[in-house]
Amino acid sequence: MAIITYRDAINQAMAEEIARDSDVFIMGEEVAQYKGAYKVTRGLLEKFGPERIIDAPISEAGFCGLGVGAAMMGLRPVVEFMFWSFCYVAFDQVINNAANIRYMSGGLINIPIVFRGPGNGGTNVGATHSHTPENFVANTPGLKVVCPSTPYDAKGLLKSAIRDNDPVFVMENTLLYGNQGEVPEDDYVIPLGVAEVKKEGSDISLVAHGRCAILCLEAAEVLATEHGINAEVVDLRSIRPLDEETILQSVKKTNRAVLVEENKPFCGVGSQICSIIQEKAFDYLDAPIKRVSSIDAPQIYSMPLEQEQIPNIERIIDTVLEIA
Amino acid sequence: MSADAKKSKDSEVPDVAASMREFAKSDINKTLTPEDRLQFYRDMLRIRRFEERSIRAYQQGHIGGFLHLYIGQEAVAVGCVSLMAEDDHIITAYRDHGHALAVGMTMNECMAELFGKHTGCSKGKGGSMHFFAPDKNYWGGHGIVAGQTPLGAGIAFALKYKKIKGCCLCFLGDGATNQGPWYESLNLASLWNLPVVFIIENNGFSMGTAMHRHSTGTPLARRAEGYDIDWGTCYGHDVYEVRHNVGQAMERAREKSRPTVLEIITYRYRGHSVADADDTYRTKQDIQDYKDEKDPLNLFKCHLVEEGVADEDALKQINNEAKEEAETSAQFAEQSPFPPVSDIQADVYWETDNPDEKASKGTLFFN
Repeated sequence: MAIITYRDAINQAMAEEIARDSDVFIMGEEVAQYKGAYKVTRGLLEKFGPERIIDAPISEAGFCGLGVGAAMMGLRPVVEFMFWSFCYVAFDQVINNAANIRYMSGGLINIPIVFRGPGNGGTNVGATHSHTPENFVANTPGLKVVCPSTPYDAKGLLKSAIRDNDPVFVMENTLLYGNQGEVPEDDYVIPLGVAEVKKEGSDISLVAHGRCAILCLEAAEVLATEHGINAEVVDLRSIRPLDEETILQSVKKTNRAVLVEENKPFCGVGSQICSIIQEKAFDYLDAPIKRVSSIDAPQIYSMPLEQEQIPNIERIIDTVLEIA
Repeated sequence: MSADAKKSKDSEVPDVAASMREFAKSDINKTLTPEDRLQFYRDMLRIRRFEERSIRAYQQGHIGGFLHLYIGQEAVAVGCVSLMAEDDHIITAYRDHGHALAVGMTMNECMAELFGKHTGCSKGKGGSMHFFAPDKNYWGGHGIVAGQTPLGAGIAFALKYKKIKGCCLCFLGDGATNQGPWYESLNLASLWNLPVVFIIENNGFSMGTAMHRHSTGTPLARRAEGYDIDWGTCYGHDVYEVRHNVGQAMERAREKSRPTVLEIITYRYRGHSVADADDTYRTKQDIQDYKDEKDPLNLFKCHLVEEGVADEDALKQINNEAKEEAETSAQFAEQSPFPPVSDIQADVYWETDNPDEKASKGTLFFN
C-alpha cells in the first residue's frame, strides 16, 4: 500500500471523483493556477482544465451560493474554503440555502454539494482564522459533517462525500496536511457515520475527532507506559451522521470517558456525545464524563499560549488521571 | 378608461395606453396571436384573484406568518415567464406567488401550501415564501433578501457547464440591491460570462422604506455598469414593455452568454406582508393614483377591448373563471389534511428518504 500525505490523499480523492463523474468540479480561491493555498489541489488544473478546476475571486457568499445553485441543477460542486473560518461570510448560503432548500421544497430538490477546507487552530493566525465550526454545522439538520484524522480516512470520506446526494462539509486540518499514512491505490470509500476504534483499550474511552484523535493516540501511549492505563481511542471521523453505537460500546467496556475536541466547550460536539452517553449508558459509568476542549476564549495569537489554549497531550493525560 | 380621458385628467402623466400600443408592435410582440394576448390577461388575473382570495383566508386565520402579495406587479412575472423556453429557468425572492402561478403551478397546490397542508407544493414545509417547482424550471421562492441571487448565478453556471443554450431569470426587489451577495453575484456573472438576467422588480419600497431613503444612485440598475454588465430600465405596468425589454436581455444571455441587469419599475398595492400597516410610508391616495393610472390588468383589459381582441363579456368570463378557480383552491386547501407529525423529519436528507440507496451509517436525527 502506498504511503502518502493527508494532502495528497484529498487530492487523489478529488482527482478520482472528477475523472469518474463529469458533474464534479472544484471551485474556490486559489485552487487552480496557484495550486491551492495549501497545495491540496496541486496538479488538478493541468489534468482537468479550467472548466473543472475553477479559480474563484475572494467572494465566499457569491461562489458558495453559486455552487448551491449549480447543485440544485444536478451538478456536484466541491467548493473549497481556504479556511473554514471564512464560511461565516457565506453562512446564509451554506445554512439557509444548502441545508434548507430540500426541506422547503418538500424534497423536490437535492443539493449534492461538498464544502471542504481546513478548520483548525494551532497555527498562530489569531481569532479570525482559527475556527472549528463542525458543531455549528452539525447543529443544522440537512447538513452532514466529517472530520478525518488520517490520510486513509480523508480520502475515503471525501469520496463518499462527493458521491452523497446531500450537502457534506469536510473539515480538514492544516497541521495534518503533511502527515503520512497508508492509502490503498484501489477505489474505496468510507461510509459517513462510521467511527473507528483507532486503538483498543480497556480502562477509559478517549472519544475525539480530527487532529484531536491523533493527540489521543499519542496520549494513550504515555498513559500506557507511564501510568499503566490502557486507553481506548475512538475516532468519530463523522460528526453528523454520528456513530453512537461505537461510542456506547466503548464506554460500556471501559466505564469511563474523556471527550476531546478542538471546539470551544459550550455546545461543542462533546456536549451532544455527553448527553448521549448519560442517557444510553448511564449505568455503565464509573466516573463523571470529562471533556477536553479549547480554553473558552477567542483564539489567542501568542504562540506558546495558543498551544495551551487548544487541547494538547498533557491536558488530555491530566484529565484522564482525574477519573482513571 | 380611454387614453384620452387619462390625458385630460393629468397632462403630465405619460400616455400609457399609447405606449402600450407602441410596444405591442415591437418585434417580440407583433407576432402574438389573440389567444396569446388573452392568455396574458388570464395569467395576470389568476394571480390577482388568487392573492385576493388568500387575503380572505389570511384574515380567517387559515394562513400563518407572512403573506407577501404581488398585487400590482402581475405584468412583470407574466411578461417574463411568457418568454421562457424549455431551457430557461427562473428563481425569485419571497414575493413568489405570481411567478409560481405564471410558470404553471396550480392554484390548488399553492393555496394548500399557504394553508400549511400536506397537499401543498412543498407539502406544507415551505409556506408562502418558499414555493418550488423544479419540473417547471422554477427554483423558488427564497426568504432571505438577495440570498437567491448567487443561486441564480449558479443555475446559469450549470447551464453553461452543461453546454445548454438557456438562461436564468433571477428576480430581486429594490431592497435587495443593497445586499452584498448580489454584488458578488454580479461580479461572478460578468467574470464568468453567465447567462443570467437579474430583474430588479422595483416596487418603490424596501419593506416600509421608500427608495430615496434606502438607496443612493439611481437608477439602481446602473450599478451593473461597474461590472461591465449591460443594464436598462423599463416600466412594469405593461406586459408588452416587459416582454420587449426582458426578451432582449434573454437573447443576450442565450446567444452571447452575457448577463443583464434590468430594473422594472412597478408598484405593490398591499403592505410588505399582508398584515403590515402601510400608512407610515405612503398614503392611500398614492396607491389609488397608481391604480388609476397604471394598473396592469386594467390597462391590458382596455387594450384588448380597443384592439378588438375580446369584448367585455369575454373578459368578464375570464374574470369569473379566475375567481371560481381561486375559490375552489381555497376549498381544496381547507379540506386538505395537515401533514402528519411523522413528516417533520421527512425531506431533510435525501438519504433518509431513500433508505434503499442509503450509503451512510449512524444517527442523522437526534431525537
